[in-house]
Amino acid sequence: MSAIEILGLEKTYLVGFWTKRPKRALCPLHLTVEDGEIFGFLGPNGAGKTTTLKLLMGLVFPTAGSARLLGKEWTDPEVKTQIGFLPEQPYFYDHLTANELLNYYAQLSGVAAKERSRRVAATLERVGLKEVEGVQLRKFSKGMLQRVGIAQAILHDPKLVFFDEPMSGLDPIGRREVRDLMEQLKHEGKTVFFSTHILSDAEALCDRVAIIHQGELRGVGAVEDLTSSVQGKVEVIWLGTQVPASMKALGAECHITGDTVRAIIDESQQDAAIDALRRERLRLVALTPMRTSLEAYFVEKLRRAETTAGSTK
Amino acid sequence: MNRRRASIIAGVCLAISLAFSVVLLIYCDRVRPQSALEEVLYISSPKVLKRASLGYDGLLADIYWTRAVQYFGFRHHNGESSYNLLAPLLEISTQLDPHLVVAYEFGANFLAPAPPHGAGQPERAIRLMEFGIQNNPADWKLYYDLGFVYYMELQDYGKAADAFARGSKVPNAHPFLRLLAAQMAEHAGEFDTARMMWSATYQNSQDKLIRQNAVEHLRALHVDEDVTHLQEAVSRFGERTGRLPASMAELANAESLPGIPVDPDGHPYKLTPEGRVEVRVPDDFPFATKGLPPGFKPQPKFHSQEQ
Amino acid sequence: MKARIVHIASNTFREAVRDRVLYNLIAFALLLSGASVLVGQISIDIEKLVVINLGLTAVSLFGIVIAIFIGIGLVSKEIEKRTLYTVLSRPVRRWEFIVGKFFGLAGTLVVNTFFMAIGVFAALFFVSHKFVRTDALILVALYFIVLEFFIICSLALLFSSFSSPLLSAVFAFSLFVIGSFAEDLRGFAGMTHGFTRWLATGAAYLVPNFSAFNVIGSIAHEQPVAAQLILLNTVYALFYSAMALSGAVLIFENRNLK
Repeated sequence: MSAIEILGLEKTYLVGFWTKRPKRALCPLHLTVEDGEIFGFLGPNGAGKTTTLKLLMGLVFPTAGSARLLGKEWTDPEVKTQIGFLPEQPYFYDHLTANELLNYYAQLSGVAAKERSRRVAATLERVGLKEVEGVQLRKFSKGMLQRVGIAQAILHDPKLVFFDEPMSGLDPIGRREVRDLMEQLKHEGKTVFFSTHILSDAEALCDRVAIIHQGELRGVGAVEDLTSSVQGKVEVIWLGTQVPASMKALGAECHITGDTVRAIIDESQQDAAIDALRRERLRLVALTPMRTSLEAYFVEKLRRAETTAGSTK
Repeated sequence: MNRRRASIIAGVCLAISLAFSVVLLIYCDRVRPQSALEEVLYISSPKVLKRASLGYDGLLADIYWTRAVQYFGFRHHNGESSYNLLAPLLEISTQLDPHLVVAYEFGANFLAPAPPHGAGQPERAIRLMEFGIQNNPADWKLYYDLGFVYYMELQDYGKAADAFARGSKVPNAHPFLRLLAAQMAEHAGEFDTARMMWSATYQNSQDKLIRQNAVEHLRALHVDEDVTHLQEAVSRFGERTGRLPASMAELANAESLPGIPVDPDGHPYKLTPEGRVEVRVPDDFPFATKGLPPGFKPQPKFHSQEQ
Repeated sequence: MKARIVHIASNTFREAVRDRVLYNLIAFALLLSGASVLVGQISIDIEKLVVINLGLTAVSLFGIVIAIFIGIGLVSKEIEKRTLYTVLSRPVRRWEFIVGKFFGLAGTLVVNTFFMAIGVFAALFFVSHKFVRTDALILVALYFIVLEFFIICSLALLFSSFSSPLLSAVFAFSLFVIGSFAEDLRGFAGMTHGFTRWLATGAAYLVPNFSAFNVIGSIAHEQPVAAQLILLNTVYALFYSAMALSGAVLIFENRNLK
């Protein structure tokens, strides 16, 4: 069973005061997310990522289409006991303490009374907020609020978790922690669906990604597949500051940084390069095949979409 | 879809509760009409109310005045015979706005007369008039109203004359005030004087109820006068012939009247076998004092419709 | 289902308390004790009257203000601040949210009124030095005031579900004022003709009938309240609140949350 099946979900808004003009926020979207994977939903700002999430959460009603979450209709309220949601830049009842807030959410999610305090404590521990559990949320920093957001999303041990821009507002340590958490969730057998515009995060974490732009899906697939349109290049790094003539002859692009040189050569010339270095008695540090970065794929897809579509509307 | 089901249930609940609320209000109004008005009985000090109204006393005066009119009109229409909230309503209205002249007029016409035609509180009406005069000394109509109450309800012709005289001294007073003052002295109890008063009231008021009331009184005066004269004719006939006339036609003939006398509605007067002159439909003349069958109690309803 | 409503209600109550709503009780206490001491010293033979009139009027007005000011933000604030997202992503039905909020606010007002009632009776004892049987009428007046609160809460919630806090406050307050003259309005409507009659009658019967709930003047003079009125008002408040809440649910169920 797929964790998420989006069947033609579509949203058109009517904007304007006197005359209403339709504005397409999401074109009919067809997407499937498998059980147990970390799925990245990528796109620039305003692409329709948050709209999709809001549609799935039932906060906004689709113009057409439907979806199934964990095999049930997305409007079924009981499904929500198995789902966690972290909205973008979340805001919580700031008159409550972290403990009270999570307790409230646990109550609403139907966590049994006996279990509640244990779960809340464990979750607070997990997101690193145990020390401030009695502090009112109005005193929390942005990063702390983000952690609270994550906490309330996983508190009731849901099978499927939705994160909207989970890394926003976090410092590098925080981001690392969130990434680790997401991997842990995957190890626990949960499915994670998260939207972001930061591609390096997606590249590092996701099994599969989808790219959305101006409400339209531009590409879906496993990260390796998308980035394995390998340029056929190889990166060679060696100690020293010299660039042997033989390397230059291979047509390599060389960059000297500090005490290493980095050169990019064709895959076919791999062996010739190694020989060249050995002849010159230069110490080889690394030899790495280069993959298209997700970023390049992303930019490519967007650019192509724009040229085929003509004007950008 | 769950949302649709919830919407339908909510819509149905809305419709049902709305229906019940409206039905309850209709029932409430029928069973306890104007019940909220009773609170006027417990406003011990209109002055406090005036202060509490935070400067909106004009508006509040209008509200209480409108309530007074509705209160009286409603009860009058339903044939009620008591109007014990009228005095407090008028008093509060005039305390809030002492220049509400029409309220004093209303008091003179409906506070003073005895039930079922009014609240039967002539003293209170007098006090109201005096308060009105105190606050509006240049309004001749208030002196007229004061005199009116003395004349109509208390039959105190001396004080009535005083009031009319005071009023006649006000600049721009209507000339008939001087006339009325003079009439009081000698012709107080006559039909013509009463007719003059009611015509004056009719002409000088804008209020629908007051005018209708005046019209009814004029009609009654007409009947009273007619019946008096006809009754005198019957007596004369009796003296001449030693018996009662057999019918109105015979009496008309004997008196050389142009035709059978009719009342203001055009119905001929009756002559009973006992020799009494009566109107055909007594109910149409609630204020008539003559020409009514013995033991007849008038209903305080207005017959004529003021256009 | 019921558990969720209770949780939402208690959270709403907690929010009101933490918002320092109950501090209004201090202002109330000051007002009432000041007045009691004042009339006690002047001794103009109407101390009891003043205490009851002033006390009950204050209970009513303070409560209406609180009901409106908290009520108008109940839904619109949550939408604006997006605290609603994390609530609705849980198995909470939208109608449960509205009903829970209503009971939370109504509960806050009942608690507030309870404390104020103690204040009124305390002030009464202070000026009269004893209680008489007719003082129980004050409880009836308080009951009617609480019923008024229920109606106002439901209306504030209704407006909050689709309108901004400022407009909601204006609407709710206007309906309170107009509702106090509801009986007059019905009378006027009866006197109009034609199309105006339709409009006026419609408005007159839709407006909440607050004129029937205000018995402060008469019970201050120890006049009894008809049992019939108590029953009528209770049932009316029930249906009217249900109506406004149904409206709120209807709107909220179909609202796209931006």
